[in-house]
Amino acid sequence: MSSQEIVPAVTPAVPLIEVQHVSKYFGSVIALQDVSMSVYAGEVMCLLGDNGAGKSTLIKILSGVHQPSEGRYLVNGKEVHFSSPREALNAGIATVYQDLAMIPLMGISRNFFLGSEPTKGWGPFSRYDAAFADRVTREELAKIGIRLRDAAQPIGTLSGGERQAVAIARAVYFGAKVLILDEPTAALGVKEAGIVLRYIAQARARGLGVIFITHNVHHAYPIGDRFTLLNRGRCSGTFTKFEVSREEVVAMMAGGDELEVLGHELAEFAYTDQIAAAQLAEAAHEFAEEAVEFHEVEKQPDSEQERNT
Amino acid sequence: MNVIQESAGSAATSERMLRANPLRRLLVRPETGAVAGSIAVWVFFAIVAGDSGFLTLLGVKDYLSVTAELTIQAVPVALLMIGGEFDLSVGSIVGTCGMIIAILSTKYNWNIWASIVAALLFSVLIGVLNGYLVLRTRLPSFIVTLGTAYILLGTTTGLTSLLTGLTQVGGLDQASGYNSAKAIFARLISIGGGAFPVEIIWALALVVLATWLLLRTTFGNWIFGVGGDAQAVRNVGVPVARVKILLFIGTAVCSCLLAIIQAVTFTGADVLRGQGNEFTAIVSAVVGGVLLTGGYGSAIGSMFGALVFGIVEEGIVFAGVDANWYKAFIGVILLLAVLLNSYVRKLAMEARR
Repeated sequence: MSSQEIVPAVTPAVPLIEVQHVSKYFGSVIALQDVSMSVYAGEVMCLLGDNGAGKSTLIKILSGVHQPSEGRYLVNGKEVHFSSPREALNAGIATVYQDLAMIPLMGISRNFFLGSEPTKGWGPFSRYDAAFADRVTREELAKIGIRLRDAAQPIGTLSGGERQAVAIARAVYFGAKVLILDEPTAALGVKEAGIVLRYIAQARARGLGVIFITHNVHHAYPIGDRFTLLNRGRCSGTFTKFEVSREEVVAMMAGGDELEVLGHELAEFAYTDQIAAAQLAEAAHEFAEEAVEFHEVEKQPDSEQERNT
Repeated sequence: MNVIQESAGSAATSERMLRANPLRRLLVRPETGAVAGSIAVWVFFAIVAGDSGFLTLLGVKDYLSVTAELTIQAVPVALLMIGGEFDLSVGSIVGTCGMIIAILSTKYNWNIWASIVAALLFSVLIGVLNGYLVLRTRLPSFIVTLGTAYILLGTTTGLTSLLTGLTQVGGLDQASGYNSAKAIFARLISIGGGAFPVEIIWALALVVLATWLLLRTTFGNWIFGVGGDAQAVRNVGVPVARVKILLFIGTAVCSCLLAIIQAVTFTGADVLRGQGNEFTAIVSAVVGGVLLTGGYGSAIGSMFGALVFGIVEEGIVFAGVDANWYKAFIGVILLLAVLLNSYVRKLAMEARR
């Protein structure tokens, strides 16, 4: 069950990063088995899979958090063994996690340069170069269409999609060649997700390789060049956009048979719903009749009482 | 794709523009609440106690020297709190360091400067220990430093009474080098006919240093970062443990500085000196806009927080009110300041709308 390796004609021969037949075991648990995938410069590779499919394990291997139990990891065609995320970062592989590593009440430019602050001056007089940080942040964000008047405003004032975009811009600015985006659109509304997808397209246009992890086919399909599907820790294939339709991707992601079963179940629900609705309508009708009767009954004792007094 | 990008450009220009509102930018600074509070309490006591000496140079000197002593501890505590930790041992460190100086210089006849260096080294050690314990045990610093506070107080009291039979040691002015130490730590400077203690200069210097550190250095950025989200900044390569240990050293060393100033000024030490300072320092920092959960605040704000304390403490005396009311007053101010600050932060986060 190894994956088909399909290299599109438009991409260069050597992928930026590639994993070959990697497996990852946690004790006796098989998190990932015999998975191969690659990403080339200037393409968006979508890593698709349902929850628990092994997406997180794979990106943790790619970003240097985990080491594969088996298989090879190649960067520019050379085998590497990362022992920390920092090493992967130095090799130009930047991962933008869902929580974004940002301090909401801190200024945008300070967040942008957090951990890699620009300084001016020498020795004990070296100081944070706020003017440089503000200028670069403004420029880099302008490139992706966010215009800031005040780069020092708290980053919490930006929307979720914009913050995601700042994280991407930061990775690009600090020399990332490969961007790994972990569910960047998961917590976002439709419009916000659109903003992020646009920035992914821009990163691709700049020649970066993008690995876009998602379980939302509707976000992946418009932007993706190739799709690698993970299912229960295994790779169920890599496809170019020309080879598969959106519906086929959905079917493969969830497992076609399961979807069919689900379809039947839903039909069943709808049927039982119809019965329930009919019963409810009947009950409502009866209730209405009773209410009328009750109303009449209630009036009678009143008139009786009046007679008694 | 071109179409998408074009629409992004135009939408971005209109939506992302900020309205420049200088008043609002001033309002959303962390120190705003404390500055307003200082002015409010000053005006209050100027009216209530204006004709009984609050407005005289003596009055100014009184509340400024109280403020200075508070500031020396409140500023490093504010930095530590911005970095996401508490230090409840700062009060006990004052007692311990003061006693180290007093005993070494009176009982063992050390030159006072040698005792001061010994006390400073000891405070560095306590800071490292606090930081190491907090990081190593991953327990809340609130509890860990409360533990060291009691250990320090108990050990100091025990050792002092063992060595001297008392819990107070005097006669420091007989120690060699006392006069030069007094010139640095306890001289009076006359300005406009009034004599102001030099500790005010120390406090101001500390505020300037801390503000420069926070806003103009890489380390300052890291302080905000480790307090805001330690895990996140660790991922981008910030040495979280080093930053926090340095901040704990800062609170301990500044507490030692206060101990030196007080020991030299009063020519002696008391094991109980500094007790309660841990809370006044935290209150000053919080009134000054420091967020209890870390990641936000300012050194200047903390100084104004201390100023509120100073004005109230001395103002009540000048107003002729029973000084027992002082704490009730401070409690009300603390609550009002926290409410105001949380409102200011809300404004800051909504700055765009």
